[in-house]
Amino acid sequence: MTQPNHPDEKKPFPWHLVIFLAPALLIYVTFSVYPLLDTLFLSLFNTQDGNSTFVGLQNFITLITDDNWSHAFWNALLNNFMFFAIHMVLQNPIGLLLAVLLSSPKLRLSGTYRTLIFMPTMLSVVIIGFVWQLLLSPIWGISEEFLYNIGLGHYFDAWLGKEGSALITLSFISVWQFVGIPMMLIYATLLNIPDDIVDAGTVDGANPLQTFWYIKLPLILPTIAMVSILTFVANFNAFELIYAVKGALAGPNFSTDLMGTFFYRTFFGFQLQQGSASMGAAVATLMFLIILVGVMLFLFFVQRRIQRFQF
Amino acid sequence: MKIVTGFLPSSPLNVSKSVTVHAILMAYTVIALFPIIVVIINAFKTRKAIFNDPLGLPDSDSFTLAGFQEVLLRSDFGLYSWNSLVVTLLAVGLVLLLGAMAAWALTEYKFRGNFLIAFLFAMGIMIPIRLGTVSILSLMVELDLANTLTALVLVYIAQGLPLAVYILSEFVRTIPKELTEAARCDAVSEYKIFFCIILPLLKPAMATVAVFTMIPIWNDLWFPLILAPGEETRTITLGVQQFVGQYVTNWNSVLSALTLAIVPVLILYTIFSRQLIRGLTSGAVK
Repeated sequence: MTQPNHPDEKKPFPWHLVIFLAPALLIYVTFSVYPLLDTLFLSLFNTQDGNSTFVGLQNFITLITDDNWSHAFWNALLNNFMFFAIHMVLQNPIGLLLAVLLSSPKLRLSGTYRTLIFMPTMLSVVIIGFVWQLLLSPIWGISEEFLYNIGLGHYFDAWLGKEGSALITLSFISVWQFVGIPMMLIYATLLNIPDDIVDAGTVDGANPLQTFWYIKLPLILPTIAMVSILTFVANFNAFELIYAVKGALAGPNFSTDLMGTFFYRTFFGFQLQQGSASMGAAVATLMFLIILVGVMLFLFFVQRRIQRFQF
Repeated sequence: MKIVTGFLPSSPLNVSKSVTVHAILMAYTVIALFPIIVVIINAFKTRKAIFNDPLGLPDSDSFTLAGFQEVLLRSDFGLYSWNSLVVTLLAVGLVLLLGAMAAWALTEYKFRGNFLIAFLFAMGIMIPIRLGTVSILSLMVELDLANTLTALVLVYIAQGLPLAVYILSEFVRTIPKELTEAARCDAVSEYKIFFCIILPLLKPAMATVAVFTMIPIWNDLWFPLILAPGEETRTITLGVQQFVGQYVTNWNSVLSALTLAIVPVLILYTIFSRQLIRGLTSGAVK
């Protein structure tokens, strides 16, 4: 630890390394790594009634099988997969279409379109949730009037208030807000495709559709995979949109409940059910495992794809 | 191919194609902006006009600022904005400084544990910090930081560091070794090398990191709701959420509150959109 007196003995202790690295590492470990590990650990205990007892995997068994818990848990999990599926089906194709259009050669105003279409992505999910809640409100009736004007008025319904349509509507709102991200990332990838490759294809007689399908799309796929995993992670800890529009109870009748809102209710309690730190930790642990599996699959998939491109 | 299109700029096929492209992009731009614009224009209208003519612009008859007055009267919007500003600026500033220092240490020096620490930071890019909320809350209570802005700043630094370290490390790698080697030959200290040579070179990458770090912090509801829900420490996002929840039926106030939350962000976005889009499209997040 002390400064060595003989210069040829050993290098001095690299204090500069500690000073550069320690502050970031200390804060990151204290407020991110440690709480996560502590949460995983806590999920093996029962903290009810003020004392903490080790219960092994009992919390998870309760969540998955107990009558009081399992219904809510599976409901939130299935809803979450539904939420993610709607994102995948809509967000990537719309983003891809917009990106392809934006990258058309010599397109005027391309920068303006890009900036404007990306705008909702910048705003808080909470604000966006409220904005759409107002727009879709049957009391204000602005959407109803709009649909009447284009001749679809009788399709209008209080979508956010009905069990069958609330989750789908919220997914649409979320897609509407975040479609800017796939658009931007795919657009960037398209711009980075070297002209030579496309020109070579054209010289060999490929029409624009073939050029897109056989040359550009394979090069965009890794970007789409990355957008998908970002969406997956974001969807499986989504909370704000549901909380803003439907509250912590994720109504009507829990039909918009996601893992995030389920976690919040489990941890803090609601109505007659008391909040529980250890059950909350168990839900967070399951969310962690789901996200981890998703990320692993992504790394595996992308790794293989990159290798394939190298040959 | 390019020469041909260059000579025939206005062939009918090209014109119709470009019209279609513009039509689709314009239609989508309307879809993207319409909801936001409707909220903003109605915030300036009387209750009657909001319901009778929701799409009309406010005129001399229907124009009113009553909603804004009510919002400013019944809630402390100034304080909420100030809290958000303090938290965001402190957290982003520290993420940039500490992130740059760590990125430099991890890429420049070889030492035991280097890979492990880099991996630990990389994990944080994908694993959301929210999953540790149960323990973060009890930690903050133990540290006596519940309901303080400090708690939010600390959590947001931890949240922002992984991506910052990653992007800045990539950037540090592109700095030529000769620069630092030359400085070391002249016996310049490691601190001076970092603060006087490296840090200025990192500026463009830091701008990108700043934007990516700032947006989620400013927009966050989760941690303000859980760690600092008190009236004194409310951030703007939480403040709006609480206000709208409380005055749901008062349309003027709700629309005005949303407008007050939206407009500053839109102004900042318009100013910094170039920077942001360059960051997104330069491959910084790939």
